[in-house]
Amino acid sequence: MATAAAHIDAHAHDDHDHEHHETFITKYIFSIDHKTIAKQFLITGILWAVIGAAMSAIFRLQLGFPTSSMEWLRPLLGRWIGADGALDPNFYLALVTMHGTIMVFFVLTAGLSGTFSNFLIPLQIGARDMASGFMNMLSYWFFFLSSVIMFTSLFIETGPASGGWVVYPPLSALPQAMPGSGLGMTLWLVAMVFFIVSSLLGGINYITTIINLRTKGMTFSRLPLTIWAFFLTAVIGVLSFPVLFAAALLLVFDRSFGTSFYLSEIYIGGEALPNVGGSPILYQHLFWFLGHPEVYIVLLPALGITSEIIATNSRKPIFGYKAMIISMLGITVLSFVVWAHHMFVSGLSPFLGSIFMFLTLIIAIPSAVKVFNYLTTLWKGNIIFTPAMLFSIGLVSVFISGGITGIFLGNSAIDIQLHDTYFVVAHFHLVMGAASSFGLLAGVYHWFPKMFGRMLDRKLGYIHFWLTFVGLYAVFFPMHYIGIAGFPRRYYSFTGFDAFSGFTDLNMFISIAAILTFFGQFIFLFNFFYSIFRGRKATANPWNSNTLEWTTPINPGHGNWPGEIPTVYRWPYDYSKPGAEEDFIPQTVPFSETLDSNLPHENDLVKIEKQERAREVVVDETTSH
Amino acid sequence: MFGFYIVLAIFLILAILLLIFRVSRLVNVVKGSEEKVSSGSNNINAVLMILFMVSFFGLMAWYSWTNFDAYDPPVASEHGIVTDRLFWRTMWITFIVFVLTHILLFIFAFKYRYKANRRADFFPHNNNLEIIWTVVPAIVLTWLVISGWMAWSDITKAAPDESEQIEIMGYQFAWSLRYGGMDNEVGDYDYRLIDAVNSHGQDFSDRAGFDDFQNQNLVIPKGRPVLLKIRARDVLHSVFIPHMRLKMDAVPGMPTQFWFVANKTTEEMRVEEGNPDFDYELACTEVCGRGHFSMKKTVIVLEQAEYDKWKAEQKSWLSKNPDYMSQVPENLKELAVVTAGINE
Repeated sequence: MATAAAHIDAHAHDDHDHEHHETFITKYIFSIDHKTIAKQFLITGILWAVIGAAMSAIFRLQLGFPTSSMEWLRPLLGRWIGADGALDPNFYLALVTMHGTIMVFFVLTAGLSGTFSNFLIPLQIGARDMASGFMNMLSYWFFFLSSVIMFTSLFIETGPASGGWVVYPPLSALPQAMPGSGLGMTLWLVAMVFFIVSSLLGGINYITTIINLRTKGMTFSRLPLTIWAFFLTAVIGVLSFPVLFAAALLLVFDRSFGTSFYLSEIYIGGEALPNVGGSPILYQHLFWFLGHPEVYIVLLPALGITSEIIATNSRKPIFGYKAMIISMLGITVLSFVVWAHHMFVSGLSPFLGSIFMFLTLIIAIPSAVKVFNYLTTLWKGNIIFTPAMLFSIGLVSVFISGGITGIFLGNSAIDIQLHDTYFVVAHFHLVMGAASSFGLLAGVYHWFPKMFGRMLDRKLGYIHFWLTFVGLYAVFFPMHYIGIAGFPRRYYSFTGFDAFSGFTDLNMFISIAAILTFFGQFIFLFNFFYSIFRGRKATANPWNSNTLEWTTPINPGHGNWPGEIPTVYRWPYDYSKPGAEEDFIPQTVPFSETLDSNLPHENDLVKIEKQERAREVVVDETTSH
Repeated sequence: MFGFYIVLAIFLILAILLLIFRVSRLVNVVKGSEEKVSSGSNNINAVLMILFMVSFFGLMAWYSWTNFDAYDPPVASEHGIVTDRLFWRTMWITFIVFVLTHILLFIFAFKYRYKANRRADFFPHNNNLEIIWTVVPAIVLTWLVISGWMAWSDITKAAPDESEQIEIMGYQFAWSLRYGGMDNEVGDYDYRLIDAVNSHGQDFSDRAGFDDFQNQNLVIPKGRPVLLKIRARDVLHSVFIPHMRLKMDAVPGMPTQFWFVANKTTEEMRVEEGNPDFDYELACTEVCGRGHFSMKKTVIVLEQAEYDKWKAEQKSWLSKNPDYMSQVPENLKELAVVTAGINE
C-alpha cells in the first residue's frame, strides 16, 4: 500500500495532467478519482431532484386547484392530460410514485451518500483515494445505468410504476390492476436492482476505506462525525439493501414466472387467478426491512454533515462527541428492529405490533439526545451564519418538528387513525425529506470551495435558505391539520367525501407554497452552476475548519496531498480552545505546539508524540541509506 | 400573442435579476465585505431567526385555535375516545418539547451570533446534562408507550361473542358488504366461486351462509360491538372510517378484522354537528389504482331497536338469487329454502 501511495504521489502532482496520460474520458467520465465521482453523483442527484420536485409541483397543482384546466401542460404531458383538460388519475399516481422513488433513492441516497461519502471520506481520514477506485467508478456507472432505465420508464405508453413508492403487491404485480404495473413496473424493478448494486459497491468501499486507510494518528475516536455518520450509513446500507433485492427478485418471479410469493386468492378482471398461498404481508416485511433503515440511510449523513458544520460555525467543539457517536450507533442498531411500525394496520399480529411500538419509541431517545447536543453546541458559541450554517440550523428545526410527530405514529393505538393520512406525509417529509435535503444543501454550501476551488455566492445562499426554510414549513406544517382531519394520502381528489371536503383553501395555500419553493431552488441552481465557472476563488481554509480536507491544495489533484499525507494528532473539534491563539486548531497540529492550550491529559500525549517522532527519524535515516 | 408576452416578461425579469446580482457582487468586491469572516448580513440572519420564530409560533397558534373544529373530527366510537385522549396527551407533551427546543434553537442562534471581540465557550461535554436528557425522554416515552400499549391491547383483543358480524370486501373500486343474517354468522367463501352475481364468492355448501344478506350501506347498531370481517378480492385496500377512528387493511388471501362499538347514531351526530346532511363515511386508505380516491361507502348508525327492525326486513341473498340454489348440496337444500326465506 505504501508503495502504491508513493507511486501516486510521484505522478499526481506534476503540473501537467497530460504527463500521466489522463484524457478527457478518464478524467471526467470513467474517472476513478473519488472527488470526480462525488461530483458526478452530486450533479446527477441535482438533476434528479429537479425532476422529482417538478413532479411534486404538478401533482400539487392537481391537489390545490382540482377544478382548473391543465391544458397548458399538454405539450409536456401529452395524453396524460385527458380530453377535458384534467390530469389522468393513473398519471397522478405515477407522479406520486416516481416522486417518492426519485427523492428517496436517487436524490437522498445516491445524491447525498454518493456525493459526500465519496468526497469526504478520503479527504477527512487522510487517504489518497477510496480502497477501490475501480469499484467506486462502477458504483457511479451502475447508478447512472439505473437512472437511465428509471428515466426511460417515464416515457413509455403505459406510464411508469404507479403503485406508490413502496410498490406493494398485488397492485404492483398485476398489470391488469393498473397500467403502471406493466412495463413501467418491470423497468422500475430493473432500475432498482442496478441501484442496489451501485449502493452495495459504494457501501463496501466506504466501510473498507474508513477501516483501513485512515492516516497516521486518525483513530476512530478522532474521526469527524461526518465520517462516523457515513460509516454507519454504509453499514446499514450493506445490511439492508440485499433484503430489498430479495423482495424485488421475488416480485419479479411473481410477475413473470407464475410464482405465488405475494399472491393469493385473487379475482381480477373477471377471472380467478391460480395463485394461492402467497402473502402480500411478506412483501411488506421484506420491503420495510430495507425501507425503515433507508430512512436512516438518508438521514444519518445529513446529521453527520450538520454536526461538522454547526461545530465549525459556532466556533465550538460539538457537544457530547461520544454521545453523538453512541446515539448514531444506537440509531443504527435500532433501525433494523422497528420496520413493522409501518404495518400496524396491515393485518400484522397485534402482539408483534406491541413489540414494534416499544422498539420504535426507544429510537426517539438517541434522536432526542442528538437534538439536545446540537442546541448545546450553539449555546455560548460565536455563530457565523454561512449559508451552510443556516441550512444546518434549519435541519435541527425540521428534525425536531418532524421527529416529534414520529412519537404519534410510533404509537400503534394513535397510528390507527393517522396511518396513511397527510399526517404521515407531513411527518416524513419534514424529518426525512426536508432534514436530509437541508443536510445535502448544507454540505454543498460548505464543501463547494473544496469541490470546485471557488465559493458559492453568499447572498444568494441566504435568499435560497430563507425561501426554502419558510417554504418547506408552509408546505408541510399545514399538512398536519389535514392529516388530523383524516385526509388519506395518494388521493387524486377529495370532492367525493363530505369528511374530506374541507381545507380547499389550505390545500391551495400548500400548492402555492410548494410551487414557489420549487422555483426558489433555481436560485441555488444558478448559484451552483455559475459559481463553478465564475465564483470567487476560494482560499485554502475558508471556514477556518479543523478537518484534514482543508490541508489539501485549493484544487487537489488525484491523490489529494502533494507529498506526504499529514499526520493527525487530535480530534477535529478543538475550536475556541482556551489559551490557543486562533479560535481553531487543525487536526494536524501536534500537542507539542500548543502547550498553552493543552488540557492536562493532552500534555501526557506530548511525550508520546516526541517518542513517535524520534522513532520516525531513525527509520527515515536507516531507509534512506 | 399572450404566450409571447409571458415569455418576454419572464425573460426581462430574469435579466433584471441577473443585473442586480452582478451589480451587488461588484459592490461587494469593492467594499471587500466578502473577505470578512462575518459581514453585516450575519446580524440580519440572526434577527431573521427571531422573526421566523415569532411568526411561526404566531401563525401556528392562530390557525390551531381558530380552525380547531375543522381539523378535529368528532369521535363516534368507544375506542376512539381512548385513542383521541392518547393523541391529545401526546400532542401536549410534544408541543411543549417542540416550543422549548425551538425557542432555545432560535434564541441561541440570535444571542450567540458572531461578535469579533468574543470567543466561544470551550464546552465539549457534561455527563450530568447528557444523563438528564437521556433519562427524562426515556421516562416520558415509557409512559406514553405503556398507555398506548394498553389501549392497543384492548382494541385488538378478540371480539365479544355477541358482536354483529359483517363482511366487508374491497375490490377495484368499491366496497361490498355481507351480513351474517339471523344466525349472525357470515358463511364461507371461496374466491374461485366469484362470478358477476356472486361477487363475494359465497360457498353454498356452508349452511351459515344461507341467510346472509347484502346491503348497499354499512348499517350498524349503536352501543353493540360490530365485528368487521375484512377481505379484498384483487389488490390491497384499507377500510377507514374517520369518525370511528378505525382503519384496517384489506388483504387478498388473508382475512383481517376490526371490532368496535359505535356510540353515536347518525341522527345524534346530525344534531350535534348541526348538519342535517351529515353521514358517516368509509374510505379506502391503501393505494389500489385509478379509482382509489372514490371508494366511498356510507355508514349509517341506528339505535339498537331500529337496527333490529331494519335487519328483520332484509331478504337473504339466496332468496334474491334463487338460481344459486343449484350450488347448494342436495342434503342442505331443504334447510337452505327455510333459512334463506325462499317462498316457493
